[in-house]
Amino acid sequence: MTKLGAFSRQYWPTVVLFAFLLASWQTAVTFGNIREYLLPAPLSVWNALWHGDTAWAGHLWTTTLEIIGAFLMAAVVGVALGVAIAWSPVLANALVPFLVFVNTLPKVAIAPLFLIWMGYGIFPNMLMGALIGFFPVVINTAVGLSQVEPDMLDLGRVFNAPKWKIFVKIRIPNALPYILSALKITATAAVVGAIVGEFVASQRGLGYVIVTTQSSMNTSVAFAALVWISVVGLLLYGAVVLLAHLWAPWAEGVD
Amino acid sequence: MNKGLIDLHEVGMTYQAASGPVEALAGISASIGAGEFVSLVGPSGCGKSTLLRIVAGLRPATRGTITVAGRTVTQPIPDIGMVFQAPILLKWRSILENVLLPAELAGKDPAKLRPRAEQLLEMAGLAGFGPKLPRELSGGMQQRAALCRALLLDPPLLLMDEPFGALDAMTRDDMALELLRIWGEKDLAREARKTVLFVTHSIPEAVFLSDRVIVMSARPGRIAADLRIDLPRPRTVELRATEAFGRLNLELFRALTGKTGGGTTL
Repeated sequence: MTKLGAFSRQYWPTVVLFAFLLASWQTAVTFGNIREYLLPAPLSVWNALWHGDTAWAGHLWTTTLEIIGAFLMAAVVGVALGVAIAWSPVLANALVPFLVFVNTLPKVAIAPLFLIWMGYGIFPNMLMGALIGFFPVVINTAVGLSQVEPDMLDLGRVFNAPKWKIFVKIRIPNALPYILSALKITATAAVVGAIVGEFVASQRGLGYVIVTTQSSMNTSVAFAALVWISVVGLLLYGAVVLLAHLWAPWAEGVD
Repeated sequence: MNKGLIDLHEVGMTYQAASGPVEALAGISASIGAGEFVSLVGPSGCGKSTLLRIVAGLRPATRGTITVAGRTVTQPIPDIGMVFQAPILLKWRSILENVLLPAELAGKDPAKLRPRAEQLLEMAGLAGFGPKLPRELSGGMQQRAALCRALLLDPPLLLMDEPFGALDAMTRDDMALELLRIWGEKDLAREARKTVLFVTHSIPEAVFLSDRVIVMSARPGRIAADLRIDLPRPRTVELRATEAFGRLNLELFRALTGKTGGGTTL
């Protein structure tokens, strides 16, 4: 009960602002005589979320799969590249300029190439999300692995500890908060990538739904798709925050 | 040549800076006996921390030879405990796990050393704090845990680099007494005590703790004075108020600032 009390004390301004915006929106549409295809009222968006002709479950499933796939790919590849960079100066010199080059490419511009190479499907859209989201993971992993106090490394040298042991016992736990903090950015980037991929080439998914509403002028459905996208995005973000809380409780309040 | 636990012969160190070579240490010769508590004092940048690391084998000397327990030091030597200015405890490990870290790094079974770790924590006044995370302890308590970590493998040589430098004055004086107690100045015969090389900025701290104080001058670091501290052990708080204590402080202060030649008497 006290926890709930503290929660409501902290978040009532959020709730009030949100309710106020929704109410203003509804009032503006109702009394301002705005046409439905320009700006649908919150209530019709609400209706479109649950009813209407759109088979949400299928689209939601496709997009969620793409987002999770993109996130996992970015996380695994990003951490692996970060470890490689921190492990060996030669690998760092080989990889860093190349990765910086890849990161400066506008990923959206590559999406049509993915269509040519891989056709339609879930995988190219996952790849797009991973491509947008992997870079911060690489950088934060490499930084977290190298930001160890020199005295701590001296301690390792005194005991003649092998390099892998220093990695496992000191460097990797040290990097964990950095990695988790990058994964929060990746969670958002994975959503962007999946939707961009669907915009360019797809037959299913929430991004596909938005594209089709352009021709049908069914704006409330486009809004409903946006709501679903943000629900998936928020859930993934929340999962990463929870993971950080469980895996790196000592870093709480650091970022 | 002298036969001490640590023998330094004409040790020098020059490193390359952007502006050219910098001579950090020059012509350091000294012999430190087993069981001796020796402090190194000197101004910032006199190379006293560097000298400590050279003794540990963590930095190479560019000239001269260093032998510890009869062996020439060319790489990190295992039988030492190190304490730094910051406790550098691993944030994600409990205090007990931190104290046991040297066992893991040295490839020993931490489970076997657990009783010793717990005993050390108790001796350092940290009984019951084993399961806590470092951030739950005060700075002084964290530094005590770092001392326990340094003592875990029972090294004959303890190297301490301004270990109390980050603590407030009152905690600092407490820690000095605590260190002497843990070192065993009351319970152990002189030969059974650990050899301690203690780097500090504070002359009173050096006098209070040591059997001998080596004063270093800056740029390049040289030995300006090497003074025996003949104060009775065990040292007590009252000692700080005695005339002998004050006289030694003054003598070291003069050696440090180079005001008179009076500090160079041995």
